Amino acid sequence: METKEFTIKWGMAIDLDKCTGCGACMVACQAENNLAPIADASNKIKVMNWITVYELSNGKPYPEHDVAYLPRPCQQCGHPPCVSVCPVIATDKNEEGGIVSQVTPRCIGCRYCMAACPYHARYFNWRDPVWPGGLEKALTPDVSIRPRGVVEKCTFCHHRWMAAKDKAIVEGRDPMDLAEGEYVTSCTEACPNGAITFGDLNNEDHEVAKLASSKHAHRLLERLGADTQVYYVSRREWVLRQLDNYLEDEKVKG
Amino acid sequence: MGKNYSLPADHELFPEGASRCSLTKFSIWMGLVGAVALWGLYAAFRVLAEGLGVTGLDDYFGFGLWITFDLAVIALGAGAFFTGLLRYILNIDPLKNIINLTVIIGFICYSGAMLILVLDVGQPIRAWFGYWHANVHSMLTEVIFCITCYLIVLIIEYVPLVLEQKQLNKIPVLHHIAHNLHVWMPLFAGIGAFLSTFHQGSLGGMYGVLFGRPYVLRDGFFIWPWTFFLFVISAVGSGPVFTVLIATLMEKMTGKKLVSWEIKSLMGKIAGAMLLVYLVFKFADTYAWAVDVLPRSGLTFDQNFYQTIYGKWLLWSELFLCGIVPCVILLTPKLRNTPALFYSAALLDCAGITINRYVFTVQALAMPVMPFDSWEIYAPNWAEWGATALVIAYGAIILSLSYRYLPVFPQERALNATKSS
Repeated sequence: METKEFTIKWGMAIDLDKCTGCGACMVACQAENNLAPIADASNKIKVMNWITVYELSNGKPYPEHDVAYLPRPCQQCGHPPCVSVCPVIATDKNEEGGIVSQVTPRCIGCRYCMAACPYHARYFNWRDPVWPGGLEKALTPDVSIRPRGVVEKCTFCHHRWMAAKDKAIVEGRDPMDLAEGEYVTSCTEACPNGAITFGDLNNEDHEVAKLASSKHAHRLLERLGADTQVYYVSRREWVLRQLDNYLEDEKVKG
Repeated sequence: MGKNYSLPADHELFPEGASRCSLTKFSIWMGLVGAVALWGLYAAFRVLAEGLGVTGLDDYFGFGLWITFDLAVIALGAGAFFTGLLRYILNIDPLKNIINLTVIIGFICYSGAMLILVLDVGQPIRAWFGYWHANVHSMLTEVIFCITCYLIVLIIEYVPLVLEQKQLNKIPVLHHIAHNLHVWMPLFAGIGAFLSTFHQGSLGGMYGVLFGRPYVLRDGFFIWPWTFFLFVISAVGSGPVFTVLIATLMEKMTGKKLVSWEIKSLMGKIAGAMLLVYLVFKFADTYAWAVDVLPRSGLTFDQNFYQTIYGKWLLWSELFLCGIVPCVILLTPKLRNTPALFYSAALLDCAGITINRYVFTVQALAMPVMPFDSWEIYAPNWAEWGATALVIAYGAIILSLSYRYLPVFPQERALNATKSS
């Protein structure tokens, strides 16, 4: 299994001990990326959320009971299960920054990528997007809206990176050498507890790189070999154990 | 010369020497099938007009009834390419008595699958992107290539049969086209076998390469996961008996003998032999999956099953009741030549392959891979059933018209000679 490497590797470290499951990241993402509200949201696995907060439980009764909340954006895998399966190259991992692209005007809507992704990070537009009550006036101008019948997913707010690069160029700086914090995702910005840290995993000066190399940082389903760019940090052993599948006699890595 | 008014109004169109039911009776039958088709057309219209939101599919089950149905009919329609291979390339002459039916069933299965895909793909107008922006690393690209090319081959194989219709065949140019196509048929049978083998395989490969889904993940040979080969062999192990089942259903409905028992038995023997080969590999594959793929993914065997809907009974049924049992019956001459056992074995064989396609499509997606996620249950809704019924009705219409007007069964005249005299 080969992993594509880039000079800049945008990544995220999410501290699960800081996340309260408030869902601000989900709301911010929806607003930023023009996700249309669903008329009937009763079926939670037919609702569009590029980032979803899962509730984890240690399964123990009170007083040992404990919960954790896990926000799950697209993991921007280094070896993405979704890219190689797409029959029309509507998703790719070939751009500096290591963000897995999603070219919705090319997507034919076969949903094979959704079957391939074990993180359920991909969503399908089951119906035409409708913005009730003039909500279309609040759309983010930098993000294309998607028609029904195509798959979409978190892009690490790629348009924000474009904007940050544009700004650097205008100011006469190197767009490939942005300062930490110049480009962050909307979920990072919205988290009230600072549970999400975003930056360049290849830049040792970035906080995210330090967090990712911590012994408390694990990645989701690491043993499948997707080599993801999202790290989860927790000091609770039971939380780390739920980030991957372990046989009974196996110890949590790290 | 006076007209014989006791014959059906359209009797001039019937195959030479064949008798058919009255046009009224035929019209009633077509009306019934047409009503089902209309319901399906309504479902298809709703899907195309409003989007896939009208189906029971969701973000966990991007694939559901339609993909299961497609995979099943494509496997069961494999009688066409495999019988063609045996008849034209390996020269097993007696198979000429059933080859026409295998071609028609193949054509129905593949064109029906394409119809379903038009609905299942979110942007059907972009379907040609599969050729224009082809990703050569995707198994689905191989499926798109082979399935469309093979449908063309099936049309070429079907055309001479249509041109041999009694009245059409009187037109010299059509007669010559039909004759010449027959001369070239071994070539098309060869191309068909090649294309069909590859896309049956790549349908299996589609699942085997999903390294994010340990339920279907398989190791393999070179670029092909084991499921690639398993899907090919299981298709040829069931396609021939599916053709026999259809022939027998047609016999029951028409009250005529259409294919001799020897041919049916031969098809059963061929399917049984291929089923045996399949089962050897399937058992080895299941064992390797359970002791290697699963543990290295951190999963136990039991974690792959859930309650009754995704229970182990599906696997055991597939392997034993619908695998070993029909295999033994089809390969034991005494059992195979007992019609009740033979047909039961054929049904079980087809059911086993359908279960296999179902679990690979649906159970694979139902199973949570993230430890904190939960099993989800999928149930198709009316729109999916309706569109599926449309394809079945479409198949019934093609088959009924072909039987009534085309010389499908070479043995029909001889087998029914005693009865009619």
